[in-house]
Amino acid sequence: MAIMQSFQRIYAILLKEFLQLSRDRITFGMVVMIPLIQLLLFGYAINTDVRHLPVALVDYSNSSISRNMVAVIEASQIAKITRRETTIQQAEAALNNGLVKAIVVIPKDVEKRLQDGMVASQVIIDGSDTMTSSLIARIGSIPRQIIQGYSNVAGNKLFEVSFFYNPEKRTAVNIIPALAGIILTMTLIMFTAIALVREREHGNMELLITTPVLSIEIMIGKIIPYIIAGLVQVTIILTLGYFIFDVPINGSVVQIFFATLLFIAASLTLGLIISTAAVTQMQAMQMTVFVLLPSILLSGFMFPFEGMPKPFQWLAEVLPATHYMRLMRGIVLRGSEVAYMLKDAISLLLFSILGMLLAAYRFKKTLD
Amino acid sequence: MNDLAIKAKGVTHKFGDFTAVDQVDLSIPKQKIYGFLGPNGSGKSTMMRMLTGLLSITAGSIEVLGMQLPKDAEALRLRIGYMTQKFSLYDDLTIYENLNFMAKIYNIPKNNIHKRIQSQLNTYALDRCYKQLAGSLSGGQRQRLALAAATLHQPELLFLDEPTSAVDPENRRNFWETLFDLCDQGTTILVSTHYMDEAERCHALAILEAGKKRADGSPKQLMTDMSAHTIEIDGSNLREISKKLGLLPDVLSVAQQGAYLRVLVSNKIKNVEQWLQQQQPELLRGRNINVVRPSLEDVFVYSTKEGRQ
Repeated sequence: MAIMQSFQRIYAILLKEFLQLSRDRITFGMVVMIPLIQLLLFGYAINTDVRHLPVALVDYSNSSISRNMVAVIEASQIAKITRRETTIQQAEAALNNGLVKAIVVIPKDVEKRLQDGMVASQVIIDGSDTMTSSLIARIGSIPRQIIQGYSNVAGNKLFEVSFFYNPEKRTAVNIIPALAGIILTMTLIMFTAIALVREREHGNMELLITTPVLSIEIMIGKIIPYIIAGLVQVTIILTLGYFIFDVPINGSVVQIFFATLLFIAASLTLGLIISTAAVTQMQAMQMTVFVLLPSILLSGFMFPFEGMPKPFQWLAEVLPATHYMRLMRGIVLRGSEVAYMLKDAISLLLFSILGMLLAAYRFKKTLD
Repeated sequence: MNDLAIKAKGVTHKFGDFTAVDQVDLSIPKQKIYGFLGPNGSGKSTMMRMLTGLLSITAGSIEVLGMQLPKDAEALRLRIGYMTQKFSLYDDLTIYENLNFMAKIYNIPKNNIHKRIQSQLNTYALDRCYKQLAGSLSGGQRQRLALAAATLHQPELLFLDEPTSAVDPENRRNFWETLFDLCDQGTTILVSTHYMDEAERCHALAILEAGKKRADGSPKQLMTDMSAHTIEIDGSNLREISKKLGLLPDVLSVAQQGAYLRVLVSNKIKNVEQWLQQQQPELLRGRNINVVRPSLEDVFVYSTKEGRQ
């Protein structure tokens, strides 16, 4: 009897939960949308077998042999020559700024080297991304016999592979600067979204909006403490990365903070947009997760960006995290500067401006 | 015209298909306490939110302190104070911190802030607990803090949305004394309530029901003008009489109050005691049937009978 009564009470509670869930449209939507959209998104987007990675070519020989070698690389589908540079310095700049993942250098005397059985040419790979770098490194295993006319000549490798930036190919070196982006995405979007939704939930907003304070003033005042919080977080992550995981800080600290500020601004505006849509703190958290998952999986943090189909790459370009990953890896690992990665910097800035306008438009100072 | 704090004409607010406030006209004089009396859901809060510019007006026009809404809503905010129905200051800030925050929001000059807060703390008897977190205050203290915050910038017009719903009778009494002090100093006060005794304290009031204004005037005027007789019947077996009388079309309301029934009868009926005796001769034989002075509750019941039907 007591058990039956207990069942009845459990049933009452679970029925009530279902009723509440069915009335909370956002939560109900999230229950369905998170698996549906995210599964389709990641099922199609994530691909660790990347082909046609962008590579720069410096061809000092400019001969039929060198053209033959380029054809062999492209036929392997490992890489695609996206830039042809005349000097190694130009190619290094492209590598440094993240435009290519590797450089193929074909020396002037490539023909003689092949005949003498020496290493014919060099491939310099950006080692800061361990996943793509190990994919490109497969160029090194292309046999020299594949070149027409040299099929019978034994000797050294056709391509000698060497790594820039992360010669030991340690994953931590690649992960930690990018992890800053994930941690900031998670905390900052949630902080801002919840901070505003909480005011509304507690009724503080009803009081605030009867005062002379303007929407934009509320937003700016709310954002500044979290900008500082974000800078503190990045400092902690990179300090620990440097001392514990030996992550080299090759770029300048000013550049790192500049890029971080751009990213913080973008994340906070995203938080503000969420706060204008969410009614409860719970909803704000769910929406944050909805943004966080693609930021982890599509931004290039875990899986190579180049491996995703084009539409998913476009989608990833909308996420602030994608641009921040590139900026951070560039500055921290390759010693690059924001000025050389303007596309990413401008994307973050644009996201912040458009986001702020949208949030201010949606955040009305009335209760309608 | 200049002695009106609020002038509203045909004010309507719709939430989708639902009309929360329907064609309400108001003329609220300056330096008076004006009440909105009505049951829950009668449109009191919606009306108040429209008058503060918090909600848009679907139709009609509102002029507050000579300013047009919603056009001048931002400029008006400096001249009004608003105390929300739910405590809306910050639970995790102390009394002093909350007041300091509000003082800065209202741009009170920096060197006046401390003095102004001190004076408010004294007026509202919060000077001994100013370091306490707002979340840990009693209902009465919270209410005094909310009023101290709403009057910090010395507004000309003060809106109080059901201000005493969470406080005990003594605090309520003191609260009203403070309101009369404020009124005496020149503040116009608009207060919404569903308590009759509270409404009776107002200089004038409007009875709202189902979004419509059913009556307005001073409490005394409303009681005098009521077009119904108020009768008290005593004795035993009051429930049965109540049921029987309730069926008569000219009986507007029957309610038991302790040992007697309070009956509202339409004033179409002349000689009402005799009329009642004739309706239920057996049940009413030998009982005291007296015509009494109507209370505000009677006015309220009478004014809102239409909506209930």
